Amino acid sequence: MVERKTAGERIFTVFNTALLVFLSLIMLYPMLYEVFVSLSDPIELSKARGAILWPQGFSTYAYTWVMGKAEVWTGYKNTLFTIVVGLCFNLTLTAIGAYFLTRKNTLWHKPVMVMILITMYFSGGMVPSFLLVRQLGMYNTLWSIIIPNAISTYNMILLRSYFSTIPESLVESVYIDGGSHGTILFKIFIPLSLPAMAVMVLYYGVGHWNTYFNAMIYLQDRSKYTLQLILKDMLIQGSNLDVDEQDAEYQQVVESIKGAMVIVSTVPILCIYPFLQKYFVGGIMIGSLKG
Amino acid sequence: MASSAKKKKGFGHIFVQDFKRNYLLYLLVLPVLAYYIIFCYGPMGGIIIAFKDFKPNFGIFGSSWADEYGFEHFLNFFNSMYFTRTVTNTLMISLYSIVFGFPAPILLALLMNEVKNRAFKRTVQTLTYFPHFISTVVICGMIKQFCLTDGLFNQILGIFGGTPTPFLQYPQYFRTIYTATGIWQSVGWDSIIYLAAITGVDLELHEAAALDGAGRFRRVWHITLPAIKPTIVILLIMKVGGMMSVGHEKILLLYNEAIFETADVISTYTYRRGLLEGNYSFSTAVGLFNSIVNFILVLIANGVSRKVTETSLF
Repeated sequence: MVERKTAGERIFTVFNTALLVFLSLIMLYPMLYEVFVSLSDPIELSKARGAILWPQGFSTYAYTWVMGKAEVWTGYKNTLFTIVVGLCFNLTLTAIGAYFLTRKNTLWHKPVMVMILITMYFSGGMVPSFLLVRQLGMYNTLWSIIIPNAISTYNMILLRSYFSTIPESLVESVYIDGGSHGTILFKIFIPLSLPAMAVMVLYYGVGHWNTYFNAMIYLQDRSKYTLQLILKDMLIQGSNLDVDEQDAEYQQVVESIKGAMVIVSTVPILCIYPFLQKYFVGGIMIGSLKG
Repeated sequence: MASSAKKKKGFGHIFVQDFKRNYLLYLLVLPVLAYYIIFCYGPMGGIIIAFKDFKPNFGIFGSSWADEYGFEHFLNFFNSMYFTRTVTNTLMISLYSIVFGFPAPILLALLMNEVKNRAFKRTVQTLTYFPHFISTVVICGMIKQFCLTDGLFNQILGIFGGTPTPFLQYPQYFRTIYTATGIWQSVGWDSIIYLAAITGVDLELHEAAALDGAGRFRRVWHITLPAIKPTIVILLIMKVGGMMSVGHEKILLLYNEAIFETADVISTYTYRRGLLEGNYSFSTAVGLFNSIVNFILVLIANGVSRKVTETSLF
């Protein structure tokens, strides 16, 4: 390509690069800030002004505090449970549903498709759903946040798009050899769709990790709280931080602890994110194929 | 016999034939159907309590019908000050997100597309996508922390001589905070779809234009933008279609009574009245009103989209 480097082009490149670097820093800084605050010494922190660029003094008190908090671990445990068990339900049901939606030559294909699509645009709403979950006896159990959200219609449609790229001749040959639908789905569709399944794991997994609202309205006992609920109590309400309020550095101690909570609860995502980025992005690409 | 049966295949016959051939498939999909019937259509049936005076002890069917031919709760909502307030706030927040939030990922994608260095581009992408994965609770926790009188925002503003303000205590700042943090969180992620569309643009077009002396800006304006126009239009239309639905998850964590005036939207109001105060019927009525308006807007948006871009959701 003939690239004519005029002065204007060069200025643009410099300006563009600078702007993107600036934007990237803005994306990164809030998290860095929490790292700095969490590692800061409360007294030093209270003297700091402006946007801090490194920990003020050094103290691991906040992390010791967070790690020593039994509730944080209970929260982690409950969240892990909802992710693992939830994913089993999510993946099985979503794959079956997506598979059914690719079987176009059945009588019920159209009606089921319509029935499913309607739910994307119309729902019973908050209160009827709440009453239903209570009626079913799931209130105050972890099932209340697993079962009612077992399928995301959006994800199912996404997986269907991927499934429809599998040649029909393959399905027919297995079917003629006497293979059941179960065989076709679990031995052909899923193994051939591993990238899409990875996307499902990530989308559902991140969903379980991040959600707090259902947990908030359904879970009563603190022993059942998920990590996000524990976080909500500490970060948003600022409650349950049992730090001595008479303490002069009370505010800064709280800030450090909150910072440590932010870091401790974001580290798992932070660790897996760079490796899985391409799969997340892959999901959007599948979506834009539109089946 | 066979041919005559074929000729007058009634619906019953087709039904039986189809069932014989596919019953195993139907058996397989049964749990999925059960899920949709129970957890999606069940609550839809529960909407009936919007027209009743629901009392948990009497159950849905035992509760009496509401006054005004069942529309009492709707009328109460329409006549209360909360109607104007929550509808206005919902629309204003949507408007802010559309005006400021919608162009942001497009601009970012265009800027990113001009980067030639692959490693640099990847780094920028990784960093801008990252906030998308931080949980709502953590995001809101940070926002609340930053908005305090001695929080990060005020620390930074202090450098420029601003007076410390607890931003989340004043109604006039809420929409800005909500929108700006929303952009921060989603601009990178939302730019992916535009980047994908831009990548699909034929490079030869750019080369030809460059040979003809078109600078970068003119190439973007005349080649890249028209190429991604369908994507832009459909996403914009869908966004407008969703104007009446502003999620409660983020607002519930950020707002407080001092800023209800601008921060209370329909979904948060539904939550407060229904689940916190236990006015199940009233809250369901508010939710139903919202759902219906939403549904109509989506239908309109879809119709417009079909006309304008020949692409539609259904």
